[in-house]
Amino acid sequence: MTNHWSDIKNADVVLIMGGNAAEAHPCGFKWVTEAKAKNKARLIVVDPRFTRSAALADLYAPIRTGTDIAFLGGVINYLIAGNKVHMDYIKSYTDMSYLVKDEFAFADGFFSGYDAEKRKYDKAGWEYQTGEDGYVKTDPTLENPRCVWNLLKAHFARYTPEMVEKICGTPRDKFLQVAEMLASTHTPDRVMTILYALGWTQHSTGSQIIRTAAMVQLLLGNIGRAGGGVNALRGHSNIQGLTDLGLLSNLLPGYMTLPGEKETDYDAYIAKRAPKPMRPGQLSYWQNYGKFHVSLMKAWYGAAATKDNNWAFDYLPKLDKTYDVLQVFELMHQGKMTGYFAQGFNPLNSFPNKAKVSAALSKLKFLVIMDPLATETSEFWQNHGEFNDVDPAKIQTTVFRLPTTCFAEEDGAIVNSGRWLQWHWKGADAPGEAKTDPEIMAGLFLRLREMYKKDGGAFPDPILNLAWAYKLPHEPSPEELAKEYNGKALADQFDAKDPTKLVKKAGELLDGFAQLKDDGSTACGCWIFSGAWTEKGNMMARRDTADPWHNGQTLGWAFAWPANRRILYNRAAADPSGKPWDAKRKQVWWDAAQSKWVGSDVPDFKADSAPEDGMGPFIMNPEGVARFFARGMMNEGPFPEHYEPFETPIGTNPMHPNNPKAISNPAARVFKGDMEAFGTAKDFPYAATTYRLTEHFHYWTKHVESNAITQPEQFVEIGEALAAEKGIKAGDKVKVSSNRGYIKAVAVVTKRIKPLQVDGKTVHHVGIPLHWGFKGVAKNGFITNTLTPFVGDANTQTPEFKSFLVNVEKA
Amino acid sequence: MALQSLDIAKRSATTTESPQARKTLEVAKLIDVSKCIGCKACQVACMQWNDLRDEVGTCAGTYDNPRDMTDQSWTVMRYAEVETEERGLEWLIRKDGCMHCEDPGCLKACPAPGAIIKYANGIVDFHQENCIGCGYCVSGCPFNVPRISQKDSKAYKCTLCSDRVAVGLEPACVKVCPTGSISFGSKVDMQELAAERVTELKERGFKNAGLYDPAGVGGTHVMYVLNHADKPALYSGLPADPTIAPTVTLWKSVAKPLAMAGMAAAALGGLFHYVMKGPNEVSKEIEAEVERELEGEK
Repeated sequence: MTNHWSDIKNADVVLIMGGNAAEAHPCGFKWVTEAKAKNKARLIVVDPRFTRSAALADLYAPIRTGTDIAFLGGVINYLIAGNKVHMDYIKSYTDMSYLVKDEFAFADGFFSGYDAEKRKYDKAGWEYQTGEDGYVKTDPTLENPRCVWNLLKAHFARYTPEMVEKICGTPRDKFLQVAEMLASTHTPDRVMTILYALGWTQHSTGSQIIRTAAMVQLLLGNIGRAGGGVNALRGHSNIQGLTDLGLLSNLLPGYMTLPGEKETDYDAYIAKRAPKPMRPGQLSYWQNYGKFHVSLMKAWYGAAATKDNNWAFDYLPKLDKTYDVLQVFELMHQGKMTGYFAQGFNPLNSFPNKAKVSAALSKLKFLVIMDPLATETSEFWQNHGEFNDVDPAKIQTTVFRLPTTCFAEEDGAIVNSGRWLQWHWKGADAPGEAKTDPEIMAGLFLRLREMYKKDGGAFPDPILNLAWAYKLPHEPSPEELAKEYNGKALADQFDAKDPTKLVKKAGELLDGFAQLKDDGSTACGCWIFSGAWTEKGNMMARRDTADPWHNGQTLGWAFAWPANRRILYNRAAADPSGKPWDAKRKQVWWDAAQSKWVGSDVPDFKADSAPEDGMGPFIMNPEGVARFFARGMMNEGPFPEHYEPFETPIGTNPMHPNNPKAISNPAARVFKGDMEAFGTAKDFPYAATTYRLTEHFHYWTKHVESNAITQPEQFVEIGEALAAEKGIKAGDKVKVSSNRGYIKAVAVVTKRIKPLQVDGKTVHHVGIPLHWGFKGVAKNGFITNTLTPFVGDANTQTPEFKSFLVNVEKA
Repeated sequence: MALQSLDIAKRSATTTESPQARKTLEVAKLIDVSKCIGCKACQVACMQWNDLRDEVGTCAGTYDNPRDMTDQSWTVMRYAEVETEERGLEWLIRKDGCMHCEDPGCLKACPAPGAIIKYANGIVDFHQENCIGCGYCVSGCPFNVPRISQKDSKAYKCTLCSDRVAVGLEPACVKVCPTGSISFGSKVDMQELAAERVTELKERGFKNAGLYDPAGVGGTHVMYVLNHADKPALYSGLPADPTIAPTVTLWKSVAKPLAMAGMAAAALGGLFHYVMKGPNEVSKEIEAEVERELEGEK
């Protein structure tokens, strides 16, 4: 979240789209009810289904799954055409005036530089024009036809309300009602928040959907403001912490990135990630990358990371490609992997195309499961009748089950969607032989290190030199790990302005990432978490609810990264002269008397940079401003464009009816064999989407009796019209099939799913909750991901769980 | 269960005075359906606090589960998909359970001394140790709430967490409700809160928003804020004007005082028989009379 949960109460308009907060985030949803009750906020829900969130909405609009870019693109067009944008905000705080290279173009569904053979773009032309001074050229009058504003206007002018209706199936008047309500927040005194979740992420165009939403919010001037922002509601406890700590295959802690295989030169690796400002007077905070990186390597390798060995740069793996989950299971399926660790992970249920996942697991020599529960994955080799119809005799994979503790059985910090690190305390001892994850990992590491010591190996240094100074080497404690990611001084630290003033003694915990150095004198395991456990104690354990500004920022509650800041980009909550846009919503502002930024939140800015210096609020971007034009950072183009899901119920992209190659995302990666496994509307005519129910959490709670009682049996949701067509009554057993397999479930026949008119066709949706499987105390059922396609977003490779095709028949 | 800290206002089938020395505040639970997302956290909290576990059931083609109240499920969410011309589709979700009537039909109908009691704070509670399993409370309830256990033939329903309230805690469902849809406090405070909510809902376009605190049962200690207070039946058949069955009223309001005065001894001989003999046998005459009346109602 750019903002955080309790901040939702400050909103005037709440848009829930690509998510179902009431269903999947009931506790967080209370802030929506708070905004409605105390702030007269209006709630809008846009979803293929009339959801539990929609039940409390002031306005609901239906949309066909996978068409959110068309809808939001229509909103952008509506805002620009109707002059409902916060012009002062976008002129000062975004790249609207930047000039783009002449090579950049968009025609017939492709951006310039497309290679259809490789399904990839050459992105060299997707750049700004640079002047002789080395800075980006701009036109503050916004008249130059190559400025971002004019390119943006032209790009989105095609998204008319008629086109929205044609693609999304949203009735024109409903769309316009939504657009008008959103537009009402373009004035400085009104703010909208957008809440989304995996309903946006899990599409082959997921990242671009979210970008489109960010553009809407920038046009309305709603980023950096209390009650505003683009807010990802994270779906697993601590999944925010997972990305923060860099557990994705191409990341290092704190959103630093692993080098690619060609990046063998250390200085070039750093320079690429520490960009110089693109406009005069901008901060470009990532210029500090070297400090964060060296401190990380000192935390990991201690004395073995030296200036002479480039801080152990050679120890880091260099990626030939990303190893996202789809890539890994593709390799496994090709028989190129020997073993797999599933740590707190149930891939048989969680990944698309269960048949492929099962075949892939069957090719492994060994599979290790670290989990508190007996997951389906741990028994993928067992025959469970129709639910898992495999022949154990043909599967030779050895499965090891290592029982772990669950979150309630250990101390530690969990990072919530709002970036708060909240310390929690163990509620009970773990049963049986369960061990904590660190204890298991430490045990493995110590044995591996012993083997490398004894037997050597091709390159044992990264293992042998790993710093491991824990009190109990076989059991690193949560406190030790927390202090490690906070960081400490390795040598005495002196004030930069007054070298005689000692700031930190060697060995002391750091106050925050501003104290990090690139000379090896500081260590820090995750720079954005620095400040979480200082010499003053565990900041994450703080529980002060004091809210002196009555805006829910509660700076004394836990610790929010970065630097205990609650709302990101909050400099943008003040106008260019440093005064709050809205006197009722005072966040941070320039105090001329003190010559610094002050306020109710920790300023997200250089504290002493006066407004007249002209520094932009988006300090992490080398531009200093927010980007509408993504340059080369997105794989399918600098502007979002509507592409159909890979399985489309209409078989064409109404934006580009004459280009069959621009139906679905041209830059999405599709493995051989998976393209063939896609179905078409001829055999599978209905648009399907998967989701959670509030009664369950993923595949865990079917193991819990109370949850099983409240939602015992697998079902699918079908609209009354489709049910009537198929002769299906509520409570009937139905068979739902895709080109990859079938499931059987009880039919919930509902008024809440209506057929939509899309491009001259009637499109029915089938809603498929995902919680069931062949283990647990709930009624056993089929694995929903039997049905879903093995393709992901072109940037993140998050699978397209939310849009695919099925057929439905009475079982 | 007997709670020493709560004074008793009424007891079923009991002629002696109830204790009245202590003064307790009249309480109420307010369920604001306009804030309810139907998450069933209240159902689970009820199960966990009261140590109840219903069967793992089946899906009958709706979100409702368990499908109805049972001796193990004292509250259930009911989901109604309603389409009106005025507002289009609405999903009206209501937490169903005992309403804790000021004038409880169950208590009036109950022939077992002390099996149903009403505390001075308004909570209506079943004391299963005194229950004879006759099922009159079921007939007497205008909201169709009590359920007879197949295991022990006792009647069960929501206690409004009388055990928690007795020690100054809110009911378990109130404690867990994530959206603040359920509130608990003095009845007066809850009426005031409801008035605020109704104003807010009217501003939002629900012209007929209102408080459900039906007079036919003397008001209730579980109240609803409804977006459509003019049509309670939209909410899975919430009765528009609940009243206690005339039979029960007759039997308690007219017949009992008469009996007490000894002016109809012959007609009500059975009642004396029952009072003298104790709680385990119900007068055949009364039983027959009530059943006849209820039969007539159907």
